Amino acid sequence: MKILVCISQVPDTTAKIAFSDNNTTFNTQGVTFIINPYDEWYALVRALELKESGAATAVHLITVGKADAEPVIRKALALGGDEAIRIDTDSNDPYSIAAQIADYAKAHNYDLVLCGKESIDYNNGSVGAMVAELLDMNFIGFAASIDIAGNVATVKREIDGGEETDSCVLPLVISCQKGVAEARIPNMRGIMAARTKPLTVVAGAAVTAVSSITAYEMPAPKSGVKMISADNMDELVQLLHSEAKVI
Amino acid sequence: MIVVLVEHSQGVFKKKSLEAVLYASHIAKEMGTGVTAVAMGNVTESEMQSLGAYGAQKVLHTTDARLDNFSSKAYAKVMIAAAQKESAKVIIGLHDTTGKAVMPRVAARLQAGLVAGAVGYPDLSKGFTVKKNVFSGKAFAFVTVTSDTKVISLMPNTFPVVKGEGAATVEQMEAGLTDNDFAVKVLEVSKASGAIPLSEAELVVSGGRGLKGPENWHVLEDLAKELGAATACSRPVADAHWRPHGEHVGQTGGTIRPNLYIAIGISGAIQHLAGVNGSKTIVVINKDPEAPFFKAADYGVLGDAMEIVPKLTEAVKKFNASQN
Ligand SMILES: Cc1cc2nc3c(=O)[nH]c(=O)nc-3n(C[C@H](O)[C@H](O)[C@H](O)COP(=O)(O)OP(=O)(O)OC[C@H]3O[C@@H](n4cnc5c(N)ncnc54)[C@H](O)[C@@H]3O)c2cc1C
Ligand SMILES: Nc1ncnc2c1ncn2[C@@H]1O[C@H](COP(=O)(O)O)[C@@H](O)[C@H]1O
Repeated sequence: MKILVCISQVPDTTAKIAFSDNNTTFNTQGVTFIINPYDEWYALVRALELKESGAATAVHLITVGKADAEPVIRKALALGGDEAIRIDTDSNDPYSIAAQIADYAKAHNYDLVLCGKESIDYNNGSVGAMVAELLDMNFIGFAASIDIAGNVATVKREIDGGEETDSCVLPLVISCQKGVAEARIPNMRGIMAARTKPLTVVAGAAVTAVSSITAYEMPAPKSGVKMISADNMDELVQLLHSEAKVI
Repeated sequence: MIVVLVEHSQGVFKKKSLEAVLYASHIAKEMGTGVTAVAMGNVTESEMQSLGAYGAQKVLHTTDARLDNFSSKAYAKVMIAAAQKESAKVIIGLHDTTGKAVMPRVAARLQAGLVAGAVGYPDLSKGFTVKKNVFSGKAFAFVTVTSDTKVISLMPNTFPVVKGEGAATVEQMEAGLTDNDFAVKVLEVSKASGAIPLSEAELVVSGGRGLKGPENWHVLEDLAKELGAATACSRPVADAHWRPHGEHVGQTGGTIRPNLYIAIGISGAIQHLAGVNGSKTIVVINKDPEAPFFKAADYGVLGDAMEIVPKLTEAVKKFNASQN
């Protein structure tokens, strides 16, 4: 079984978000980039576990991004994985990203494609299901556990107000979230090994973007908190009723 | 035409789907067109007609016993069939567990631009530009869709649901589904019965490490019960198994946008805020005046949660009694 893990780079969770060029460009100055947590903690680690248990024969990592994405993909390789692929193009149109991943995956016969439930920058949660459609594969979203026996995957996933257990014959695309695996910390051996692992740069396929971000806006600041005395909970309830109109 | 995917639970349309139909009808009016809702599986004729009161002129209904189990492939196929039948220019679903699996498939198949998690109506004066959350609620982006067909998944609980008048006509639709579209088999479904699903709750009471231990959760649960609210928690609380994992909200947990979020003994770390900062009103109860959550709050109460929360529960009880 060959696994492809989709890795995106995102601003650190605590990064200060700011925009430039009249609010049309995300200002990356001073921003540290990390592996998208869902991709790192869950998708990648589960893929590595499947290889360690002998269920998978190869784990490849793929990222769609320019050269500035390389430190992050190397960091992912330090956790594990046999090789990485960087598709040398950048976009914030989820369709374009998915089309690039699908284009590469189509030619390399993966049995399992793992991605995160969403990237914490653009919060689309779309790339995985798009890749599935473009590869004509089945898709299971929001996995909280993944088991593979032979060519059958059994997946627990979140649904509205509960949980569902699904099974599906491979090939399959799965988006991962909490529960799928426990986060790992790269060790020195992994970091050294990552330096010599193959990182192939592939030119992007010809894909026409169908959406683009044309502007950004910061949320209006809260007008300030209204403090209420601990002895006056009736007042709080009244405010929630007549001012906030939420009860 | 605008087609919109409507979800139901045991034959009753979900409130967030009524919201999606209203959202579609608002856009349809502006574009000078109509709304066709797409329903799947076991729903009665009268339930489907009732979508007329939310702005749908027509409902396309695909019945197929296999659709009772969710399959993103099959659902997407039905949506695409409906879009083609209606020559739809705009296709709408929800940004929930169903929509996040279906709408990207529809968009990819039709090579249509997708706005994932819309929180505003399309601005047609600027091409077709829709506002959405980015950076986990720290900012908004305006996404301009340039393809001829547009796909939108609407963030639930963004617009109020108001019932109007009217009945929709119902038409059966054959979508050419095959066994191949149902390769994902559902083996088991477990739902917390009776409780309000967190993702759909309008009122949420949430607790953090400040509550000290699971043995203290009854004070929070009493408040939630009195309010008719769902319960949530911060990540360390779920990690310590004080509460089930499904309740964990934030960057790595669920994202919720209730009308009211009451945070009890939660410091308000940025990763926690990422999951809840779309809430319309935030109440923070914390004993530390420097807790960062107060900066994101509308109302704050300073003090020991174990004393304040029971008082709040009493006040809600009194209020509820006065309303009846
Ligand atoms: C990449 C990443 C992702 C993360 N994702 C998430 C996530 O999804 N969700 C999440 O919640 N966290 C997440 N975290 C963790 C987050 O940074 C915080 O550590 C966490 O939210 C803190 O939880 P807490 O507020 O319950 O606990 P604490 O930070 O310990 O805060 C407890 C609060 O309770 C107050 N308190 C104590 N006693 C009382 C009392 N008697 N009465 C009233 N108040 C009291 C204290 O003043 C304090 O403010 C993430 C962290 C990282 C690095
Ligand atoms: N540029 C990218 N390169 C590789 N994988 C990506 C990229 N963007 C998103 N993904 C994958 O798709 C998942 C969902 O991302 P998104 O649809 O952007 O929220 C992420 O968790 C990644 O696994």
